Amino acid sequence: MSLFEAHDLSVSFGGIKAVRDVSFTIRSGEVFSIIGPNGAGKTTIFNLVSRFYETDSGSMAFDGVDITGVPPHRIAEMGIARTFQNTELFEHETVLTNLLIAHHVHRRTNLVTDLLFLPGARRQELDFRRRVEDVIDLLDLQSYREQPIGGLAYGVRKMVEIARALCLEPKLLLLDEPSSGLNPEETEDLSFWIEDIVEDLGITVAMVEHDMNLVATVSDRVMAMADGAELATGNPTEIQNHPDVLRAYLGD
Amino acid sequence: MRFVLKTNYAQDVNLFLHNGQRFWYGLLALAVLLAPLGLDRFYLGEFAYLYIWAIAGVGLMLLVGYTGLVSLGHAAFLAIGAYAHAWLLTQGVPFVLSVPLATAFCAVIGYLVGLPALRMTGIYLAIATLAFERIAAWVIEHWESVTGGHFGMRVPDPTVFGMSLDGPVPFYYLCLGILSLSLFAALNLLRSPTGRAFIAVRDSEVSAESMGINLARTKCTAFALSAAFSGLAGTLFSHRIGYLAPDAFTVQTSIQLLLMVVVGGLGSLQGVVYGAIFLGLLPQAIAIGRDVLPQWIGEIPGLEPGIFGAILVLFLIFEPLGIHGRWVKVRLWFDQFPLYRRATYKRQRSYLRTERVR
Repeated sequence: MSLFEAHDLSVSFGGIKAVRDVSFTIRSGEVFSIIGPNGAGKTTIFNLVSRFYETDSGSMAFDGVDITGVPPHRIAEMGIARTFQNTELFEHETVLTNLLIAHHVHRRTNLVTDLLFLPGARRQELDFRRRVEDVIDLLDLQSYREQPIGGLAYGVRKMVEIARALCLEPKLLLLDEPSSGLNPEETEDLSFWIEDIVEDLGITVAMVEHDMNLVATVSDRVMAMADGAELATGNPTEIQNHPDVLRAYLGD
Repeated sequence: MRFVLKTNYAQDVNLFLHNGQRFWYGLLALAVLLAPLGLDRFYLGEFAYLYIWAIAGVGLMLLVGYTGLVSLGHAAFLAIGAYAHAWLLTQGVPFVLSVPLATAFCAVIGYLVGLPALRMTGIYLAIATLAFERIAAWVIEHWESVTGGHFGMRVPDPTVFGMSLDGPVPFYYLCLGILSLSLFAALNLLRSPTGRAFIAVRDSEVSAESMGINLARTKCTAFALSAAFSGLAGTLFSHRIGYLAPDAFTVQTSIQLLLMVVVGGLGSLQGVVYGAIFLGLLPQAIAIGRDVLPQWIGEIPGLEPGIFGAILVLFLIFEPLGIHGRWVKVRLWFDQFPLYRRATYKRQRSYLRTERVR
C-alpha cells in the first residue's frame, strides 16, 4: 500500500530546473532511499514534500490526501516529520526542551489555559514528558537530557534531531543525509536504529543518503537521481549495477 | 554543589526545582511584602516605579528574549495603555474593569502591529516598530478630544470598590500584586506549548515550521501578549505620573525598555527584574555623580542618554547574556570551585546551519 505518492514533480529556480518530472511512491512500512551525485535534487525533493518550496507542476498525495497546496506547518500535523542536512536544532535550549517542542502538534491547550496553567495544561505537560522519555530511551540520549544543544558534539546533535522528529509521532520520517558527519561506528548504530524505527515504531522512512553501505543495508527500495531527473528505481542491488547510475557517478 | 534527584515528571513542571529555591524566593517575597513597614514614602514610590518597569519588561522580554523579535516601539504600548485607561476612568468605567479593558485594547493593537511585522526581522523590524511608535505619538498629540493633545489629561485617582489606592502603601501593593501575576503568567507560558513555540521561532524558523508551528500565528500572539503586558504597565504608569502628556512617552522610553531587557539578560525572567532594578538605580546614580564629579562633567549636554547608550554597548560587547548571565556564571564558579573551566561559556564556532532552505 502506498503511503506517499508524487506525480511529475517539477521545480525550477531561475533558469535551473532543480527537479524535472519526478514521480515516485513510498510504500507503507518500507525504507525508501534517494541517492545521486551532488546537485541531483535530492534535498530539493524533501523541501518540496515539506512544502518549503512551491511546486511548479505536478502533485503530491500523502495517505490519500492531496498536499500540494497545504501550508508547511500543516505537514507536520498530517504526520510527516523531517531532519535537516546540517541539523536545525533549537541551539539555546536543552535536549529535553527540543524534544518537547516537537510535541507542539499534539497540544490540546490554548493560550488562555497555558497562561493560567490550568490542570489540563499540567496533565498535558506530564504526558508530553512521559512520551519524550520513551524516545530518549529508544535512542540512548539519557546522559544529554539536560544539556544545551550548543555544547553537544555533531554526532549527538544528529541523533537529537532524529529523536525530535520521532517525538512528532509521524507516519513518514524524512531523513536528510543522516550519516553525514558521523564516524563509521555511529553510522552502524544508525542503521540499527533505522531498522528499529521501522519495525518497532511502524514508521515509514524516506532518506537522502550518500553512504552506499548504509543505503544497501537498510533500504527496501532506492531511487537514483541525476540533474534533477529520476534515473532508476529498484532494490539496492539493481540500482548499484544499473548502467545509467554507474554512468552518472563514474562518467562514460 | 547541589544534585537534584528527579523521581517524577512533576518536578520538571513545578515552578521551583528544589527546596533551596523555595526558601530564597520565599524570603524575597517576605521582604517585598514587609517593605512598607521599614521604608519611607519616597523609596516606596521608587519601588512601585521599579515594579511598573518590570511589568513592561516582562512583555518586552517575551518578544525580544524569547521570540527573537526586536521592538523599538514599546513606549507606544505603554502610552496606549495609559491613555486608554485614563480615558476609560474619565468616562466613569470602574478601575477594576478599566485595567483589563485597556490591556485587552493594547493586545489588539499589538496583534495588528504584528501582522505587517511577519515578514521582517532584525533591523527592519526595529525600524518598522520605531515608525509605529512615531505614528502612535502623532495620534496622541492630535486626537485632542480624547487625549487632550499637548495639554495632556489628568488621571483620576485609582479607587477599588470605594477604597482609594492613591496612597504610597496601597499603590505599592497594587504594583507588586500585578507584577507577581505578570511573572506568574509568563512563567506558566514558558512551561507550556505556547512559550516553547516562541523559543522555537527564535532559534530556527525553518525547524519550527517543520515541527508544525504556525509562524504567523505565533509571532502575532507574541506581539499581542507583549503589547498587553506593556499596556498593563502603562495603566499603572498613568497613576504614577498622575498627569498624562505626550512627552512622557518618547523614543527614549522605548530604548530604556530595550536596555532593561538586554542589560538584565535576554531569555530570562530574572533578567527583567535585574534590568528594572538597574534602570531604576541608574538615574539616581547619575544624579549623585553630577554632584560629586567636577562641574564641567555634570554640565555635558545629553549626559544621561549618553551613559545609557554606552552601558548598552558595553554589555553587548562584554556580557551579551546580561546581569543574569553573569550571575549564572558566578554561581557555576562557586559550584565547581576549584574546577571551573574558563572555556565553559566561550562562544563556540557553530556548525553550519541549513542554508539551502530559503
